[in-house]
Amino acid sequence: MSAVISPNTGVNTALRYLLLVVFALIFVFPILFMVVSSFKPAQQLLRDTASIAAFLPVGDLSFDNYAAAFRRAPVALFIFNSVVITVVTVAGALFICSMAAFSFAFLEFKGKEVVLAVLIATLIVPFETIAIPMLMLVNNLPWIGAGGLQFGWLNTYHVQIVPFLADALTIFLFVQYFRDLPRELIEAARLDGATWFQVYTRVIVPISGPVFATAAILKFLAMYNQYLWPLLVTQSEQYRPVMVGLQYFFQLNIAWGEVMAYLSIITLPVLIFYLVLQRAFISSIASTGIKG
Amino acid sequence: MKLTPTKSLQNHPLAGWSLAGPAIFLITLFLIVPFILAFTLSFTNQRLISPNPTEFVGMRNFEQLLGVGTLVLQPETDEAGALVRDATGELSYPRVRDYTRNNADYPQLDGKREWLSWNWGDAKVYVLASDVVFMKALGNTFLFVLFVAPIQAGLALLLAVLINQKLKGINIFRAIYFMPVVVSIVVVSLLWRFIYSGQSGLLNNMLGFLSFGAFKPVDWLGNPATALWSILAMSVWQGVGFHMVIWLSGLQTIPASLYEAADIEGATTWQKFRYVTWPGLRNTAVLILIVITMQAFSLFSQIDVMTGGGPVDSTQTMVFQAVERGYGQQNIAGGSAISVILFLIVLTISMAQRYLTRERNR
Repeated sequence: MSAVISPNTGVNTALRYLLLVVFALIFVFPILFMVVSSFKPAQQLLRDTASIAAFLPVGDLSFDNYAAAFRRAPVALFIFNSVVITVVTVAGALFICSMAAFSFAFLEFKGKEVVLAVLIATLIVPFETIAIPMLMLVNNLPWIGAGGLQFGWLNTYHVQIVPFLADALTIFLFVQYFRDLPRELIEAARLDGATWFQVYTRVIVPISGPVFATAAILKFLAMYNQYLWPLLVTQSEQYRPVMVGLQYFFQLNIAWGEVMAYLSIITLPVLIFYLVLQRAFISSIASTGIKG
Repeated sequence: MKLTPTKSLQNHPLAGWSLAGPAIFLITLFLIVPFILAFTLSFTNQRLISPNPTEFVGMRNFEQLLGVGTLVLQPETDEAGALVRDATGELSYPRVRDYTRNNADYPQLDGKREWLSWNWGDAKVYVLASDVVFMKALGNTFLFVLFVAPIQAGLALLLAVLINQKLKGINIFRAIYFMPVVVSIVVVSLLWRFIYSGQSGLLNNMLGFLSFGAFKPVDWLGNPATALWSILAMSVWQGVGFHMVIWLSGLQTIPASLYEAADIEGATTWQKFRYVTWPGLRNTAVLILIVITMQAFSLFSQIDVMTGGGPVDSTQTMVFQAVERGYGQQNIAGGSAISVILFLIVLTISMAQRYLTRERNR
């Protein structure tokens, strides 16, 4: 600490806060505007953009826009689809990726180095570059369902789930965490006669809560916010998730009140979830940076 | 630290392969196979559904996409050799399409259209392309990446430095800056379509208010001069918190003792940033640049929701074109060819970034 406290320290601190607040307003205002507008009738919504009232819950507030949004599109169905797809994918990916990571972190086997090298290489392939050939691929894949053996995965839940059950980023997240775990635990379990699968489920999984939380948050955000892939593979309404459902609101005659209501419906749960678990969210993102 | 080799590190091929098996199978089927397919299909005329068998067409798709040619036109002269000027004094030139349509003297220009043109003295220079829309998409994508990478990385670093101060309530600001990251870019795009709107758009009204009415409303997304930049600004707004957090974790690895030493030496804030902070962030900088570059090359959702590539193709991007052809027109081969070009560009750039930073670390 400096010996002399400069006289402008108070001013300095005030300026720092001012800068912080200005940035905060830039990030908050659009989201605030979205939520507040969702409760306003169309006429007032447009009028309010001319003043600070755009960000304030004032005037004639109601849930009319929400009711209208539910009439315009099968909103409940979209939410149900998104929940099914997201929950199943996150759960499945955590299991499959952590199990693979366990194998990479603790077991030696022939070909492991090659597999790891290929996995690292896949990190620089943007999904967007394989989406089109993948569309071709899934259109020809077989699936055994209620109707027996069928070809073509388009317009289903599984076409939105199975391709995302394993990814290199999630696997490396687990590998990083597992490598720091004490090996004595594993050896002790092996001496007691546990199989490798039992070591994974009974020894490793119970002490890996933090990395499961991190991976779950990252996978959840990626899946829930997905747009391009579900757009390509769901021509029929029945399997569309919320982000594709957005199309019902911007393609013809946009009613902005309804748009804001729909955006709020699909965004607020995630925002609340984030604000409650804010630290976990931010440290999840930070942990993706450590590998660099 | 040395880990002593233990029994658990011995070969367990059966357990190893079976535990990693499901992940390896899925990644092979849904990443490696489509990746190989992209290359294979780009040399064919494959369509999503077609009654005709698929044929191998060699480089035709790539020639179609990337074919360019130049044409220099001299102004027309009369019999005496003087330049012909029209009523307004402008020079007149032969028509470009006289050269590009069935002109036996210029077979290399056949079917091409004007992409760019400028004056060179009295002559007029044309750059012609077989696929002008794709060329515009290529140009826009590069423009977007070139500007979004430094702007977003720089702003994220500024925010990270702000957030790294020891002030009361700083965690609240960190939480707020990160907030847009958890909101889907699709949601953000539709929201900002209203903010950018030409009539009663929030941005125009706010700018008008802040400038006491001096600001003239702009149709941000409807004007070819502003559309791409508006999308860029919004993308930065949504994504900057993500990179702020990565910078922040880099900042926090720099030992406090270095700053204390700099204080004793009487270093200014800028000197501390330049000689202590920045050298400690080099690895983080590489990671952030690669991540932003890859994301920026994948630009699609914003375009699909906000502009559909318009106005006058000013916001066309490579992924948007790949989807429009591969899905919209069911031309899987054409879409795959664009994907391959995109991948080769991303690969080249991330290898170059890695190579350049490796040199510097020595």
